[in-house]
Amino acid sequence: MAHAYTPGLRVADHTMVRRERRLPLKGEVLVTRGAQVRATDTVARTLIPGNVQTVNIANALGCDPCDVPKALALGVGTTVGKGDVIARRKGMFGLMESKVPSPARGILESCSEVTGQVILREPPMPVEVDAYIDGVVAEVMEGEGVVVETPAAFVQGIFGVGGETNGELAVAVSGPGEPLTPERLTPALAGKVVIGGSYVSFDLLKKAVSLGVKAVIVGGFDDRDLRELMGYDLGVAITGTENIGLTLVLTEGFGHMPMADRTFRLLSALAGKPASVSGATQIRAGVLRPEIVVPLAAEGGPRGDDRRSTGMEVGSLIRGIREPFFGRIGKVAELPPELAALETEAHVRVLAAEFDGKVSVVPRANVELIES
Amino acid sequence: MIDNTSNGGSPTLKGPVRSILATDCGSTTTKAILIEQREGHYRLIVRGEAPTTVEAPFEDVTRGVLNAVKEVEELSGRTILDGDRIVTPQEGDRGVDLYLSTSSAGGGLQMMVSGVVKSMTGESAQRAALGAGAIVMDVIAANDGRRPHEKIQRIRSLRPDMILLSGGVDGGTVSHVVELAELLVAADPKARLGSQFSLPVVYAGNKDARSLIEDRLSSRVALSVTDNLRPTLEQENLGPARHEIHELFMEHVMQHAPGYPKLLSWTAVPVMPTPGAVGLIIEKIAKREGISVIGVDIGGATTDVFSVFQNVFNRTVSANLGMSYSISNVMAEAGLANILRWVPFDVDERDLRNRIKNKMIRPTTIPQTLEELAIEQAISREALRLAFEQHKSLAVGLKGVQQERTISDTFAQTQSGATLVNLAHLDLLVGSGGVLSHAPRRGQSALMMIDAFLPEGFTDLAVDSIFMMPQLGVLSTVHEQAAAEVFDRDCLVRLGTVIAPVGRGKEGQSSVRVKVEGRDGVKEAEVRFGDMALLPLPEDGEVRVRVTADPDRAFDLGAGKGKAVTREVRGGVVGLIVDARGRQPFELPADPKKRIERLRTWNRTLGIYPKEL
Repeated sequence: MAHAYTPGLRVADHTMVRRERRLPLKGEVLVTRGAQVRATDTVARTLIPGNVQTVNIANALGCDPCDVPKALALGVGTTVGKGDVIARRKGMFGLMESKVPSPARGILESCSEVTGQVILREPPMPVEVDAYIDGVVAEVMEGEGVVVETPAAFVQGIFGVGGETNGELAVAVSGPGEPLTPERLTPALAGKVVIGGSYVSFDLLKKAVSLGVKAVIVGGFDDRDLRELMGYDLGVAITGTENIGLTLVLTEGFGHMPMADRTFRLLSALAGKPASVSGATQIRAGVLRPEIVVPLAAEGGPRGDDRRSTGMEVGSLIRGIREPFFGRIGKVAELPPELAALETEAHVRVLAAEFDGKVSVVPRANVELIES
Repeated sequence: MIDNTSNGGSPTLKGPVRSILATDCGSTTTKAILIEQREGHYRLIVRGEAPTTVEAPFEDVTRGVLNAVKEVEELSGRTILDGDRIVTPQEGDRGVDLYLSTSSAGGGLQMMVSGVVKSMTGESAQRAALGAGAIVMDVIAANDGRRPHEKIQRIRSLRPDMILLSGGVDGGTVSHVVELAELLVAADPKARLGSQFSLPVVYAGNKDARSLIEDRLSSRVALSVTDNLRPTLEQENLGPARHEIHELFMEHVMQHAPGYPKLLSWTAVPVMPTPGAVGLIIEKIAKREGISVIGVDIGGATTDVFSVFQNVFNRTVSANLGMSYSISNVMAEAGLANILRWVPFDVDERDLRNRIKNKMIRPTTIPQTLEELAIEQAISREALRLAFEQHKSLAVGLKGVQQERTISDTFAQTQSGATLVNLAHLDLLVGSGGVLSHAPRRGQSALMMIDAFLPEGFTDLAVDSIFMMPQLGVLSTVHEQAAAEVFDRDCLVRLGTVIAPVGRGKEGQSSVRVKVEGRDGVKEAEVRFGDMALLPLPEDGEVRVRVTADPDRAFDLGAGKGKAVTREVRGGVVGLIVDARGRQPFELPADPKKRIERLRTWNRTLGIYPKEL
């Protein structure tokens, strides 16, 4: 695979971050273009249609479906309260009237003479969208939402759980290879986005939740603990809506994984600044990775770390993303064009990589570029 | 090269076809193959691949196609591209005469189907959608046990690419199917890709309800009406619904996927969903050779199983069983213990869990060490097993049909709705997809398929050499000869035959005696219960040898307990595998030490790995 390398996750010290904030349905945009917004400001809102209930009038009254429109006590489009009579029918000789009460508050939306049922729509529910990041409204999509943008430091994680949150960045370890420990997780971290080095255990995460920590950013986490945290084995990597009390972002993967040096240095340098964090991950169809956005002052403008990878070359900085070199940082020493045999006897495109001064052969598919 | 106007809309070729380029845009990788006509025959020349680029930052499927084609150019030394354009037809030595593609990128075609009775029209609708190459997200039925508001909630929360609405036999009740349409109206579902366009809905139910359905749905969705897929209880008519699904897939879904309008403008015939194309090929093998076939295509996200038994074609897709994106779901569904039972060494549970999750989040990585390979192959056995279980439960006869019974039937006790899949009658098992096609040793593919499917009696095994059945499937719609020649010569790799006696015995007890009579003389072996054996066969799949298998009286090879069976068996690169580990039941030792020892013995006997693990 001539072009088979994995573009690395983005780690940018200064870039322009734009985030679309869109309503699920058309509604009202509350801000104007150019407005300065805070992460927690509501920028758009709408009402989503309420739940729908079906009431089979024909069954309830014991009549033919075609007689249901005549039996309706209220017209289609009428607002009804819970218990209001929506249909009635007199029995033989006008005695014993049968009535059908409305099971909920709502509007009689339709009535079918084929199925004999009416559809009752409950009152609409309000939905609001916030700005998510501190920034400026760069674009207004009329009735749909806005685009908020800001110069920011930006870090993509590999996997996360939990939704969008924000808080001040705080570093709770002294180096990227150090795991988060109970003594470093203090009440002072309440409401903060905590940078935790190489690893966090389930017990410590529980403690972080009880302290009111907003988010934990670490290199690695055990899958066994993820199951504890979620209450089930995560099958497909589509996350972001879990209600686990905080947002967890892994920058490297599962297991004990030192956080990439560059990521740790960048986040440490930004300690004390407000950050927006999203744990939403979707690996299949429309790759969505978790992220940490730290808005920066506009001075100097973006310094163009929106670099797109141009490809792998001799000397490129890489990281192993599979055993036996998982998490190791190295340099491309050689890019042989021909296929080479692995220990498995598979013939694949490989590269020679220098890890800690020793050159090893690695499948190209098993490294990612570190964009420097 | 293609004329779509004549022949009632079905494409016909104009002029000679000297070269063919075909791509398959998978969820992880885009694969390109180059076929050339040489000395009167079509042959595969080279294959190239590149990561699929449906997702950010590229969001244009044609980037991956061009990258894969560039690799084909590099490997073949032939110029195919002119900048970002595929040169077609061939001009001198440049370009190709025909370019075709299949696709399952971006999650493939995701559908919701509905029918009145879940086990009758609901199942027929499911089979129609699956046969068209779709992933079925849910089956909504009048009797599915959910309350109306729950169904509405479900319809609203799923964002399918398309909905198939069916229900009722022609002339039957209309009210239930109209009720389903009313639920759809109330839910007001939105399409997955692009909220700006109307959701395509195919109506293939009771013809008497058509006008009522049109009244309710035509202003809300992109409705198209076709023949009832279950016109009578005794008859399924899935063709028209499948055809309509393909049409709408092209018209609506593909046009909104990133880069597809461009890709569609390049191809000579419409892009076909990958599973639909593989299904075509499997159906053709079964028909041409008059045999029962099971095909399996294990991908990164999904596993498709195809079968032809009693001339009935069935396809199922297990949407969340696969070897990369869905690998973690295999663990969740199968359970860790079931995966561990196939690993021939001790492995720490915590470590295994982390490895599986790391593959999920880095789906394009490949095993570098033998241990990693063995673990992936263990997981694949479970993915294949689970996908096959699902297939057996859907590949069934029509339910709700009154059967006429004779005295002999009362002893057989077959019911309507029994599975059509009968392993004792299976002639050929074909594997495809990365983990099977690219296994470093063909014996590994054979053993993965045997362990997962547990074939009985005599069964031929084959794999798709380099995973090109999808491309050949779409090619067969426009150039049958090229597709057939490449399929026979370059695609299908005959692995050999497995002989598996059905029954149970005591360890060490004789299970079966096998005699192979070929050009090189006679070879004989006695295989004991619990053991496996490998006897050499000619490598050429066209060469046949005579095999006699004489089971012990406790075992059955299809002719009855203790009765010998003689067959002409094709050659294969792996050979004749005798699997005397027992069937019905097949059991692995419960004791971990003993289990590992047995796995190692079988691996050694069949030469599965280059060294002991």
